Amino acid sequence: MSEEFEPRVVAFLCNWCSYAGADLAGTSRIHYLPNVRIIRVMCSGRVNPLFLVNALQQGADGVLISGCHPGDCHYLEGNYYARRRFVLMRKLLEHIGVEPERVNMSWVSASEGAKFAEVVEKTVEGVKAVGPMNQFRRRQINW
Amino acid sequence: MNGSKKKIGVYVCHCGINIAAVVDVKAVAEYASKLPGVVVARDYSYMCSDPGQALIKDDIREMGLNRVIVASCSPRMHERTFRKAIAEAGLNPYFLEMANIREQCSWVHEDPDEATEKAKKLVEAAVAKAYLLEPLEEKEVDVTPACLVIGAGIAGIQAALDIADAGFKVYLVEKSPSVGGHMAQLDKTFPTLDCSACILTPKMVDVASHPNIELMTYSQVESVEGFVGNFKAKIRKKARFVDTEKCTGCGICAENCRLAGRIPSEFDEGIGMRGAIYLPFPQAVPAKYTIDPEHCLQITKGKCGKEGPACKASCNADAIDFDQKDEIVEVEVGTVIVATGYDVFDPHRKPEYGYEENPNVMTGLEFERLVSASGPTGGKIIVGRDRKGEGGFEPKKVAFIHCVGSRDKSVGNEYCSRVCCMYLAKQAHLIKDKLPDAEITVFYMDVRAFGKGFEEFYDRVRREGIRYVRGNPSEIFKKGDDHTLIIKVEDTLTGKPLEHEADLVVLGVGLEPRGDIREIIDIFKLSQSTDGFFLEAHPKLRPVDTAVDGVFLAGCCQGPKDIPDTVAQAKGAASSALMLMASGKVKVEAQVSVVNKDECRGCGLCVEVCPFGAIELVEENRQGNIVMVANVNEALCKGCGSCAAACLSGAIQTKSFKDEQILPQIAVLGVKTE
Repeated sequence: MSEEFEPRVVAFLCNWCSYAGADLAGTSRIHYLPNVRIIRVMCSGRVNPLFLVNALQQGADGVLISGCHPGDCHYLEGNYYARRRFVLMRKLLEHIGVEPERVNMSWVSASEGAKFAEVVEKTVEGVKAVGPMNQFRRRQINW
Repeated sequence: MNGSKKKIGVYVCHCGINIAAVVDVKAVAEYASKLPGVVVARDYSYMCSDPGQALIKDDIREMGLNRVIVASCSPRMHERTFRKAIAEAGLNPYFLEMANIREQCSWVHEDPDEATEKAKKLVEAAVAKAYLLEPLEEKEVDVTPACLVIGAGIAGIQAALDIADAGFKVYLVEKSPSVGGHMAQLDKTFPTLDCSACILTPKMVDVASHPNIELMTYSQVESVEGFVGNFKAKIRKKARFVDTEKCTGCGICAENCRLAGRIPSEFDEGIGMRGAIYLPFPQAVPAKYTIDPEHCLQITKGKCGKEGPACKASCNADAIDFDQKDEIVEVEVGTVIVATGYDVFDPHRKPEYGYEENPNVMTGLEFERLVSASGPTGGKIIVGRDRKGEGGFEPKKVAFIHCVGSRDKSVGNEYCSRVCCMYLAKQAHLIKDKLPDAEITVFYMDVRAFGKGFEEFYDRVRREGIRYVRGNPSEIFKKGDDHTLIIKVEDTLTGKPLEHEADLVVLGVGLEPRGDIREIIDIFKLSQSTDGFFLEAHPKLRPVDTAVDGVFLAGCCQGPKDIPDTVAQAKGAASSALMLMASGKVKVEAQVSVVNKDECRGCGLCVEVCPFGAIELVEENRQGNIVMVANVNEALCKGCGSCAAACLSGAIQTKSFKDEQILPQIAVLGVKTE
C-alpha cells in the first residue's frame, strides 16, 4: 500500500451536546477530516460497550464516544455511566491486544463546534499512529 | 400496509448549493437506488419546501413506500418537518430516518470525492437502520395550568404579568428580599432618559397584588422533578426572621439596629450602608423588613447588646421572630421560565484599573446608585465619602472607560455586552446635566449605537461637549496626594500616547453570567453557550426555548441585552409557556424503553442506572413460576437508553435506538470501501 493509511472511525454522539456540537462545526464551516462517521444516540449512556467491539470487528480502525460535559447531561447522569463503561472497556481491549489509542472519549457541548473538529483530528491522528486494525479480522486467524 | 416487505424511498436534498456544491447528490441518489429495499431514490433542490415534501408524499401514496430516508440537513433541524410530512401521507412518523449530509459532509469537507463517498455511506447506514424501524405512538399528557418563573427582575416580572393576565397561575420566585432586579438600581434609562424606578415600580406593585401571582421573595428553587407539563418544584423560603404578616414596613427596627449604617448595602452597590435588619430600598416589594443572618449579632453571636435585640424591642407590631426557620414549599407547574439575570463584571479582575485602591474609580452600576435621587447621596455627585457618608468632593474631570470586561479575551469574555456604550453615554449626559462645568472624556474602542434611538442619543451627547477619545486605557493610577488619577492610553486615531488626568473614573463594566448559574444548570440540566450564558434551543428560530421541553429563557440569563430586548424576550417566553398551558395537552417522548419480558432475568441493573426512577421490578407469572422482571413507566422514561447499555441480556431496549437498529449502522459505517 503506497497510499497513506486512512483510518475509518465510528463515532457515537449524544443528541443533546456532541451531535449538536458537530452540527455547529458544520454551521460554522469548520473543516475536519472525513474519516469519522457519526451515529446519533440520545445519550452517551446508551452506548453499549459491545458497540465498540462490534465496530472494531466490522472493520473500523477506531471508535469515538462523545457526550455532554460532566454535570451537563440532559439525562442527569448518562455521561457518567458512559465514562465508567468506557474506561473499563478500554482496559479490556488493551488486555486482549487492542491499542488504547483506538478508542477515545470526549466531552463536547452544543456550543463547541471547534472543539468537536479538534477531537476528530486528534482521534484520527491517534488511530493513524497505531495503524490499521487487524486484530479482529477473521480471515487472519490461522487455526 | 406495513407488511413485511420493505419499500424504502430515499430523498437526497441539494439544499440549494449548500449540499450540492460539494456532494455529488445525483451520485448519492444513484448509489441509494441500488441498496436493498430501496424502490425509489430522488434528488431535489429543497426537500423541505412544499414541492419537496409533496414529492415524498406522492411517492408514499403511489408507490406504497413504508420507510422514508431524507438525506439533507441535521435531524435536529428538520426531523419534525419530515415526520409531519410522512404522517400526512398516512405513514407512521417514526418510519423516517435522516442522513445528515450537510452538517456532516458538505459543510465540513472540502474534497468533493471524499464528501460524496461519506454521504453515500451515511445514506446506506440510514437505509440499514430504516429496515428495522418500528411504528411508535406519541402519547399526550395534560399540562398543569401553572408556571414557575425564576427571578423577579424586569424579565421575570414581565413574563409573570403576561401569564397571570392570561388567566394562569404563576409562582414567581426571587432570591433577594425584593423584586426589581438590576433595573430597580438604575437611575435613568437610555436613550429616552425615562426614570427607571418610575416605569418599573408600578409593575413591581402589580406582581405583588395580582390574584394569579404567588410571589415568593427571599426564596430559592431547590429542586425540580418531572417533565414538560408536569413539573414538581421544591422552593426554599428562607427565614426572614420577620413575620411578613405582621410587619407594617414602618422601619423603626432598622433605625434602632445596633449595626445600622455599618453594613454595605447590596442594592447601593456598597456605596451606601444599611443595618442588619433592612429594607433593600424604599420602593421594595414586598415592603417587609428582612434580617441578614450573616451580620445580625443576635443570630451570629446569640447576643445583641445588654438589653437584647433593639429591633425586637422597638417593633410595635411584634413582627420579629428569631425562631423562624426556612420553609420548603412544593408547587406543581406545567412550564418554567428562567429569568435569573446577570452579574456585572468585577473590575478586581483588571487590577491595572486601580479599582481596589482608589475610591474614585467606580463601576457603572455604582455610578447609577451615586447619581440616583434615591441613592446614598440623594443624587449629588460626590465621591470619596467615608463610611459615615461624610467628606468627599465633587469631581471636576470625569473619565468613562468602555469595554471593561467585555470584548476582552484576557478576562475570558470575548462578547460585547451590548449595553455599556449606551449606559456610559447616558451617564456622561447625566454628569453634564448636574455638573455643567465638569470636563468629560469617554475612552472607547468602538461605539455601538445599534438600537432604536441610540445613534441619535450618542450624537446628542457628543454635541453636549463630551469628548470621545478612541483608545483602550492600559493603566489607571493615582498621582500625588490629591484625588488626581492618571489614565495611560494611546489615542488610536492620532497614534499618540496620552496621560489623561481625571478625578473620577467610571468603568463601563460588562455583563456576565451569574456566579451562581450552576445552581440552575444542576436543577434543569440547561446548556451554556461559549460565553457562559444559557444556550437557547436555536439561535435564530427558537431564541426563548431550551433543550428541555417546557423550560424557557427570558432576559440577560440568555445573553446581555437592554431593557426593551429583555421585555420582548420575556413576552416571547410567556407566550411560549402560554401555548402549552392554553392547549392543555403536550405530546411526550415516544422513543421510550421497552422490556422483552421473556428475556429479562430480573437482575435489576436497569433499575439501578435509570436516572429517572422509571423502571421497577414486578412479579411475572412464567408458567406457574413467579419471577421478577423489569417494567418501564413510560410517563417517567425519557428515552436516554442507559438501561439498554447496562442490560446483560439485551432484554431492555430503547425504541428507535435498539441494538438491532444501531448494529446495522455500525456494520455499514465501520467498513472501509477499498
